[in-house]
Amino acid sequence: MAHKRYKLESILTINNLTKKFGNLTAVKDLSFSIKKGNVYGILGPNGSGKSTTLGVVLNVVNKTSGDFQWFDGKMSTHEALKKVGAIIERPNFYPYMSGYQNLKLVCKIKGVDYSKIEEKLKIVGLLERKHSKFRTFSLGMKQRLAIASALLNDPEILILDEPTNGLDPQGIHQIREIIKQIAAKGTTILLASHLLDEVEKVCTHVVVLRKGKKLYSGRVDEMISSHGFFELKCNKQEALVELLKKHTSFSKIKVENDLIVAFLNEPMRSDDFNKYLFEKGIILTQLVQRKESLEEQFLQLTDNQANQI
Amino acid sequence: MTLIFVSFVLPFFVILLSSLRINVFGFFTLELGELGIFNFPIIWHLTTFFASQFKFFFAIVVVSMIGNEYSNKTIKQNLIDGLSKKEFILSKFYTIIFFSLISTVLIFVISFCIGFYYSSYNEFSIIIQETEFLLAYFIKLIGFFSLCLFFGMLVKRSAFALAFLFILYILEWIFFGLMVWKLDMNTAEKIQNFFPLKSMYKLIDQPFQRIAMTKFPEKANLSYDYGAHGYEMLIVLAWTALFIFLSYRLLKKRDL
Repeated sequence: MAHKRYKLESILTINNLTKKFGNLTAVKDLSFSIKKGNVYGILGPNGSGKSTTLGVVLNVVNKTSGDFQWFDGKMSTHEALKKVGAIIERPNFYPYMSGYQNLKLVCKIKGVDYSKIEEKLKIVGLLERKHSKFRTFSLGMKQRLAIASALLNDPEILILDEPTNGLDPQGIHQIREIIKQIAAKGTTILLASHLLDEVEKVCTHVVVLRKGKKLYSGRVDEMISSHGFFELKCNKQEALVELLKKHTSFSKIKVENDLIVAFLNEPMRSDDFNKYLFEKGIILTQLVQRKESLEEQFLQLTDNQANQI
Repeated sequence: MTLIFVSFVLPFFVILLSSLRINVFGFFTLELGELGIFNFPIIWHLTTFFASQFKFFFAIVVVSMIGNEYSNKTIKQNLIDGLSKKEFILSKFYTIIFFSLISTVLIFVISFCIGFYYSSYNEFSIIIQETEFLLAYFIKLIGFFSLCLFFGMLVKRSAFALAFLFILYILEWIFFGLMVWKLDMNTAEKIQNFFPLKSMYKLIDQPFQRIAMTKFPEKANLSYDYGAHGYEMLIVLAWTALFIFLSYRLLKKRDL
């Protein structure tokens, strides 16, 4: 599947998209594109315009200005959506119809063979309950049915908006496992979430939104040009702090009780660093090299922008 | 589902019942068939008129069909799945046509059976007379349900949509009253026949006066124009087209 990831076929391109609800600007001048084979996350706090953006490209919200193209603009939006699988917020099905009947309807809309239904129900583990009415399903089962429905057409791209919202830990785990399986098959995924660890666990690329504006888009690991930091403990704390302050590779030194946190401004390997300190006569009792978690990066990014505004 | 069942069964049940011989507590026997109202071709007029009084049950079905699409958000999901907005409205319109067609066919079968049983004339040429009432009934249903569809799309909730129907009914009469006041009765009536609800009602005029006419042919002042005319059908069809188009425009402009 690796070859797929390098084919930079464009699936969705958004150019200067703006959506206003009366006075409120939900999405402001947003541009990004989605290439085949990557797993994208749209990250942002509640009300940052994630769902609105997805609503616009999914033909349920009208844009105010700007434009978007599915598959290089080769087809109309509703035709393109037949090749897309999408779940928005809550699973929406006819409550008085069984899971199987609901999926049959989706097959009809998307022009997919009915034989796919059993296959996809098996993936999400709902095969035994396929003839139960939708309204008798638990929320977790409803969400799994929604995923099965989104997978029916073996989509070019799977769009998920807060797929684990409101689920219990077991349900969250099940959904994430399913998403990982799908991602492993090389399907392009666009995942909107305010849960950072969710995005961190599955996504390769990320678009960060705040109040409808794009703060960042690109690879998750390049989100902040940071070289990480060391967490250090030793017996001769003052001497170590002195030494670090003189060293040009460190930008900031923080002392928290007996723990010293030293932020790097250029790449450095922990073994080289350890060797250097040893030569200076300092013996560490603890040496941990870390990068900021996505959560720390995200907060840093949104905070920076907040200060600028 | 039960509602659909009720809306089909109720009108036909009433018509069937009325065709039976009813013994009123042994005092006398009421048999409507004896009055000659089940004769061809007048039976077409009578049954379509009575059946269309029950169209309100169907209105509930149509309006809640749209209301449920909104409350279950399946309309949103269907669009996301790749249904175009045009296809969505058309699918609802086809459902309306399907309902109307079934209803018309049932009315045809029942009227035919009752008529065949009671009617004094069973010649083919007489039977097929005035079957345009069936067409009028069909068009009337389609027009009325299109109006319901539009109201359903407009307010999204079934109860409010039904309230809107009632308000429209009152509004039509208020306008009619105003026109009678400002203009004269004749012109007012002519204009009123173009109103959406009135034009649908006008398709099949009430048959009582006509029955009275057959009983007292010498009273000329009873005569009136009861026919289901082509131009009346055209007015209703124009409203139908407008309601469907407006529903589509509404869906197109709306953020779901």
